[in-house]
Amino acid sequence: MADLKQDTSRAPSHAGERFFMRFTRAQRYMHAVLFSTFLGLAATGLPMRFSESFWARRFASGIGGFGTIIFFHKFFALVLTVAFLIHVKEVFTRGLIHREKGIFWGNTSMVANWKDVKDLFGHMRWFLGLGPKPQFERYAYWEKFDYWAVFWGMIVIGFSGYAMWFAPFFAHFLPGWALNAVLVIHSEEGLLAILFIFSIHFVNTHLRPDSFPMDMVIFTGVESEEEFKTKRPEEYQRVAAEGKLESRLAVKPPVWLLNFSKVVGFTAIFIGLLLLVLTLSAYFGS
Amino acid sequence: MKTASSIAFALGALLVFAMPRVAQAETDCLSCHGDKSLQDASGHSVGVDAGTFGASLHGSMKCGDCHTTIKDYPHPDQVTPVKCESCHTGEAERLVGSVHANRAEHSCTSCHGDAHAIFPKGDPRSAVYPLNIPHTCGACHGNDALAKKHGLPNVYPMYIDSIHGFALSKEGLLVAANCQSCHGSHHILSHTDPQSPTYKTNIPKTCGTCHAGIAANYAGGVHGKAVAAGDLHAPVCSDCHTAHAILQPTEATFRMQSTPICGSCHKDKLSTYRDTFHSQLGSLGGYVETARCWDCHGAHDVLPASDPRSPIAPANLVATCGKCHAGANASFVQYQPHANAHNRKLNPALYFIRLFMNLLLAGVLTFFMIHTILWLIRSRYQQIKTRPAKGGKNG
Repeated sequence: MADLKQDTSRAPSHAGERFFMRFTRAQRYMHAVLFSTFLGLAATGLPMRFSESFWARRFASGIGGFGTIIFFHKFFALVLTVAFLIHVKEVFTRGLIHREKGIFWGNTSMVANWKDVKDLFGHMRWFLGLGPKPQFERYAYWEKFDYWAVFWGMIVIGFSGYAMWFAPFFAHFLPGWALNAVLVIHSEEGLLAILFIFSIHFVNTHLRPDSFPMDMVIFTGVESEEEFKTKRPEEYQRVAAEGKLESRLAVKPPVWLLNFSKVVGFTAIFIGLLLLVLTLSAYFGS
Repeated sequence: MKTASSIAFALGALLVFAMPRVAQAETDCLSCHGDKSLQDASGHSVGVDAGTFGASLHGSMKCGDCHTTIKDYPHPDQVTPVKCESCHTGEAERLVGSVHANRAEHSCTSCHGDAHAIFPKGDPRSAVYPLNIPHTCGACHGNDALAKKHGLPNVYPMYIDSIHGFALSKEGLLVAANCQSCHGSHHILSHTDPQSPTYKTNIPKTCGTCHAGIAANYAGGVHGKAVAAGDLHAPVCSDCHTAHAILQPTEATFRMQSTPICGSCHKDKLSTYRDTFHSQLGSLGGYVETARCWDCHGAHDVLPASDPRSPIAPANLVATCGKCHAGANASFVQYQPHANAHNRKLNPALYFIRLFMNLLLAGVLTFFMIHTILWLIRSRYQQIKTRPAKGGKNG
């Protein structure tokens, strides 16, 4: 028996660790489509927003000038629009047709509730050492904010973008000044999205000490029991109390998936941070 | 010496058969000066190609007609320079007061070439034949050191790559503007001289000698009227097109560089144009079709929107915008291509939308920046406190 005990201690430290499902395959793919089109839109949109900056002209002429930039911008916009529509359809199918509980309201919903308000203030009290750390549910308030920021952003940026793309058509039912306004809205909201994602989202989700250097759950879909317990204790306890922990069990992500995810994730973060630096240099340089 | 004399003989023979116009008496001079390699004590060529000279404009004249101080042989080493003005009195008079008035620096031959090979200006062999003029002037005005010395731009390379230069050098277009077409020939004056054809207010007339239609359009526009009224700030042809490096206006290079030219006077309009999509896509290159100033305002006959003939007059906007935007309608042309989102009085709706967007951006980022920084500090502190063995200072 003593030998056996020694064997387990020599085995990889997390050998006995359990893994739980957090995101479905479809959700991970949705995130992949979202961030790759977002990077594409940012990379092609920023040169237009800061068309006077040195890097914008170099980048634009390097890939074939404005024609190429706008072609890819529209291409990524179309892909993202399709992804957005698929997501909306999915949400309504699950919530209205399949009558799935917790889509529009409750512990597992993306819709903000009173607990999120309490968590926000509780979290900030904890930052200052004035109270205990809040016990988060499936989606913490900052995650819900990320979701709705993207949701609102896609509607606002998308609508204003299409209004410019098909300006003569939109002019049939929009007043003339709205055609001026859509560019202001599009570029300011786009800038907000870029600055937010490449600084706040990157740090909140990936670069903070608890997840550093990257939260792999969005790539692998699963997380370890320890992570589940510490990051979302209330969800863990609720699922355990419901006796549904077993049904959420998943296999440990294979090494290739982890490595692949790291390459993709770090590439995205690198591009994002590069764009952030260029944006800030153009914003404060001009 | 044997070779030299046989060459002289051969030349003499050639003269006799080929150039009967050269008087027999000149063979005396040519017996020495017919040797083209002949040099004086200071190394200047004093050889004369009898054949070329005989065919030249002065071929029927005798050596002594110009070289008046040489009466007999042997003549002194130093001879008085030829005075062209003793015959060409009109040209000499026009040179007085011109930029080339200093005859020691600018001899007749510096433009007209070899004195013994002067041809009529319509002859392709002439140094002042239209197609040869840029090269002739460029001998000095294509020289960096000389240009710097006189504080002038080195214009020859600019001209030769211009639309005029191309028409002349590539197509041999005799009517293409060469140096002399704009600057004149003997009485060339500085562009600061009100008499000069290149003086600001004279430029429309100078360019109009060829571009008559455009000159008429220009005269009817706001710029033409202002210049005619003596406003020296208003642009003439060269302010937009440059003087020497004139490009084909539809060419990408010109379209790309043109907006700042208008903007150098219309600064407020340039800055509001810069805020628009027209400018953004125009700056990035590869898309030269995007609207530049004159695509909407017209180029030569620029007129205010209050003039019904102006392309930006309210009644003409649908047609003007419709040149690029198929399907432009009355509502579409309410778009303001020079809207100023920072001007509350002119563009109130846009002003408040921009303000809202800016506040949203600043508010969200400020809140989350503070939130994230506090969070980072707190969670790192927590990490160090709870896991000293793995990453804490006391580990």
